[in-house]
Amino acid sequence: MAEMTMRDALNQALHQEMERDERVIVVGEDVAGGSGGSSGNEEAAGGIFGVTKGLKTRFGGNRVIDTPISESAIVGLANGAALAGMRPVAELMFADFVGVSLDQIFNQMAKFRYMFGGKAKTPVVLRMSMGAGMNAAAQHSQTIYPMLSAIPGLKVAIPSTPADAKGMLATAIRDDDPVIFFEHKALYARKGEVPEGEYLVPFGEAALLREGSDVTVVAIARMVPFAMKAVDKLAGEGITCDLIDMRTTSPIDEETILESLSQTGRLVVVDESNPICSIASEIAGLAASKGFHDLRAPVQKITAPHTPVPFARELERLYVPSPNDIEAAIRAVLKEV
Amino acid sequence: MQQSPDQIRQAYRQMRLIREFEERLHVENPKGEIAGFTHLYSGQEAIAVGVCENLRESDFIISTHRGHGHALARGCDPRGMMHEIYGRADGLCKGRGGSMHIADLTKGMLGANGIVGAGQPIAVGAALACKARGDGSVAVSFTGDGASNQGTVFEAMNMAVVLKLPKLFALENNGYSEHTGASYGIGSDLKTRTEGFGIPVWEADGFDYFSVYEATEKALDYIRAGNGPAAILATATRYFGHFEGDPQAYRAKDEVKTFRETVDAMKTIREKVTGAGIFTAEELDEIDAEVLALIDSSVDSARNGPVPGEDILMSDVYIDY
Ligand SMILES: Cc1ncc(C[n+]2csc(CCOP(=O)(O)OP(=O)(O)O)c2C)c(N)n1
Ligand SMILES: [Mg+2]
Repeated sequence: MAEMTMRDALNQALHQEMERDERVIVVGEDVAGGSGGSSGNEEAAGGIFGVTKGLKTRFGGNRVIDTPISESAIVGLANGAALAGMRPVAELMFADFVGVSLDQIFNQMAKFRYMFGGKAKTPVVLRMSMGAGMNAAAQHSQTIYPMLSAIPGLKVAIPSTPADAKGMLATAIRDDDPVIFFEHKALYARKGEVPEGEYLVPFGEAALLREGSDVTVVAIARMVPFAMKAVDKLAGEGITCDLIDMRTTSPIDEETILESLSQTGRLVVVDESNPICSIASEIAGLAASKGFHDLRAPVQKITAPHTPVPFARELERLYVPSPNDIEAAIRAVLKEV
Repeated sequence: MQQSPDQIRQAYRQMRLIREFEERLHVENPKGEIAGFTHLYSGQEAIAVGVCENLRESDFIISTHRGHGHALARGCDPRGMMHEIYGRADGLCKGRGGSMHIADLTKGMLGANGIVGAGQPIAVGAALACKARGDGSVAVSFTGDGASNQGTVFEAMNMAVVLKLPKLFALENNGYSEHTGASYGIGSDLKTRTEGFGIPVWEADGFDYFSVYEATEKALDYIRAGNGPAAILATATRYFGHFEGDPQAYRAKDEVKTFRETVDAMKTIREKVTGAGIFTAEELDEIDAEVLALIDSSVDSARNGPVPGEDILMSDVYIDY
């Protein structure tokens, strides 16, 4: 184990997987950066969040490819290269840019295998940063995983710890299906212990991060550390919770959530997305349809409001669910008998 | 120089306003009071002003992520913009948008935009409305070298030609698309490519207000005569990083210094205007002082402006819901 940031853990996974399999390539805007610049440094960026640093120097310009600003063609290129036998890891920089490339994602990569009679393989990993936390406003802060999780054919991975980031990215790269890989930009600097060498985290298995008997708290991405704060605080008062990090929103590990709910009877779901058709709604629906007889209180959904992400610090703070909101929700489900 | 002294004074003031607005933000940014991404326009002032000084009140512009210069050149209120950049409730967009989304529909300014390449098709729509109105108005989209590679720009160009719309493509080559040089990202060149769509291109020196003004004038004559879209292509540089805080490892150490010392837009317009005897250096200095005072007071009031709250977070998602 070594302590490192999520950024470095992702970077390590990319290095290891590129080392292991020469079909793995990295494409995107400024994944290396500097080409055509006056300093002559042809790896001046390494990704705007530094996740792809060092890859071009190590693996060369044939495998680490800077592209023009052309998101539709970036994803299309990844799709075509994948159909033709490569294993592209494409970067969209900000999840919001899915808007520019959505056809290639939901009409193309997601559907090839099914439409083509089960004969196609599209092992694309589409990495993108997401989430509020940088005051980057309405077009650079969205958490659009509910939308993409709803598309059959895509897998959706959303790590919250450096170790999971490494293990899940490696799994995504080795997966033969297309994987949308969300990296919460407020977590890039989050530190944690990361296993050295080959490390794989299977998809469809949630992580039980805290064990308790009073309430089941399900969270995703940045909401995991926020929920942990609330859960740990309440533990001091003798209120104990199961804290479940979903890790993948497609597939969803229903079993872990339902098993916990059968013990606690109370459910809080924390999701940074907008409330309508959110993952919080999905999990509340799961509880209603498959855990109904275990429920002892109405499910509490903690989400962002039904608004775009605002710019100002004070507004963004109001927008993003907080540890206090989560704590209040846990207390609220406990009030119901 | 066929422009009147009043026109030239106005253009100079607008350029100075942009320059000082941006230079001041560059100083203020590291202090930590300004949130989010700030993309500064210093170095390119002559382009925004050279274009916008040609426009009528009924015309439209749409900007990019680097929008302060376009907004100021179009007449957006500098104080309202500063308050917006500081995230204030009384900012131009109530603190919801910030630097990257400054807009003022009352000025025909359809917004800065965080999505590269999103503005061009929108401007095609505005141009359609201009054509329908039949009053000779035009819509202008600003497009960087990097943005020019976006498919939406190609679609907008073709559609504007097909529909013969009063649309000006203002192409700004500042040499970089984030950390990547323009020469890397653009396969052919912007002029040839744009002409390939059937759009005539007037080239301009993006450091020289008069050069941009005249190129735009010709392009607008062509457009307002009903010929369909036209373009100008202006080349300059940005003085600061892609965003505030960018370490700029892609850039040679002295690149900006050289531009500032040789072809700088403010230096160029001052030399031309004083050289032709239109204004004295002292007269221009007076304009500078007035602008500086305006920036000072805008920053002061923005720093102390009202903080937005729940009502601003929750309103305006819809008109009626
Ligand atoms: C669709 C989309 N892709 C990528 C980005 C990230 N991005 C913001 S500005 C920029 C470079 C734009 O370059 P250019 O058009 O030359 O404008 P400049 O920054 O030089 O003013 C990039 C890649 C974005 N905001 N939107
Ligand atoms: Mg540029």
